[in-house]
Amino acid sequence: MNGFVWIDIVLFTILAATAVGLARTRQLFAAAMLSGLFSLTSACIFVLQDAVDVAFTEAAVGAGMTTVLFLGTLALTRSREKVTPPRRSIPAALIAIFTGGVLIYASTDMPPFAAADTPVQQHPLTQRFLDDSMTEIGVPNVVTSVLASYRGYDTLGETVVVFTAAIAVLMLLGRGRPATSAEPKPREALPQPIQHDQRVLRVVSKLMLPFILLFALYVQFHGDYGPGGGFQAGVIFASGLILYALVFGLDAARAAVSPAALRRMVPLGVLIYAGVGFATLLLGGAFLDYNVLDAHDPAHGQHLGILLVELGVGITVTAAMLMLFYSFAARGVGR
Amino acid sequence: MSPLEWISNLLLGAGLLCLFTGALGLYRLPDFYSRTHAASIIDTAAAALVVVGLALRSDSFATIVRLLLILLFMFFTSPTASHALAQAALQDGLRPWLAKRPRKTRARSGGAAE
Repeated sequence: MNGFVWIDIVLFTILAATAVGLARTRQLFAAAMLSGLFSLTSACIFVLQDAVDVAFTEAAVGAGMTTVLFLGTLALTRSREKVTPPRRSIPAALIAIFTGGVLIYASTDMPPFAAADTPVQQHPLTQRFLDDSMTEIGVPNVVTSVLASYRGYDTLGETVVVFTAAIAVLMLLGRGRPATSAEPKPREALPQPIQHDQRVLRVVSKLMLPFILLFALYVQFHGDYGPGGGFQAGVIFASGLILYALVFGLDAARAAVSPAALRRMVPLGVLIYAGVGFATLLLGGAFLDYNVLDAHDPAHGQHLGILLVELGVGITVTAAMLMLFYSFAARGVGR
Repeated sequence: MSPLEWISNLLLGAGLLCLFTGALGLYRLPDFYSRTHAASIIDTAAAALVVVGLALRSDSFATIVRLLLILLFMFFTSPTASHALAQAALQDGLRPWLAKRPRKTRARSGGAAE
């Protein structure tokens, strides 16, 4: 047994312990933190399984963004779970036992851990992508070439999902500004500018911000070569700005990136993505067939297409995440 | 074993000791502030020692630079996080736990925490 298996065992143990703790705690702040820990541990497991891109997303979205949004929600509600008296219900217990039994029964059909003869490993498509991606698309990171080119249509769907989610939250929470001025004290919200005695926090976050934003751009445009891409970059960019909002106040963040600009950026990203698709249609190719973007070298067309498409994803994700945060933050009425 | 590996082992061992101390403190110390203090040992001293220990073991220059950048990043963020945590608790009105001592010490330690 090599060392990696031990690390796997330890991480899975932490994961299980976190899940149990998450289910048992009644303090919602602790639950938000534990869910962040759960995501971070999952991200570590993904790294061990060489799925760096997924780990990146999990760490940025699960541990970073979701925790912030949970905290934003907790600022709107109370931070303790409502205590419901425990009742013993026979049908509920039966359903739980039945579902659990079915899941355990189904899990016996799963391949053993790290089995080499699973469909995922043996399907001819896997070998096809791994072998031909370099010649057809010329992008070293196969994950990016699959995500943005081979399965570009699916990714367009995912971007539209992010777009739809942003619209839905806006409809539920309002446009990131209190709807009426009747609410007397919306300023008690979570991103109250932290008092000036928080000098350490201000100085260090100001020091870190340029690097966070630069790193987001690196992840965005280096996604063809290393792990990363539009989704991760968008979340990192948004979390940098959220850090700014948390430390310097919502108004400062709104002055830096106005909600009106965000409202335009969310659909803009989807439009860029779909626009690339229509451009390829007009140039005589199939929808999202980037080969036709460059008349001379199909690989160059692929590069350009992937760059544009990832840019669209990045813009939509950044704007959607920030907009979610703004809407949550602007509604806060103190807890 | 080369001297570099010895130093690396020494640093890694010291890092593990710090990790253990921090974990023990997190588990055993009585109140929020002292536990934060224990936790901050983990992500400053322990992390720094482990990262430097690993950097001494690495034979690729790029990896060493990356590890040092991580170290630099942690040097800025970890103490700030602990500081912000403690300050937030203080602003929220959480009093530090103090053993039975005269009132004078209490006032002084309150000022020190700020």
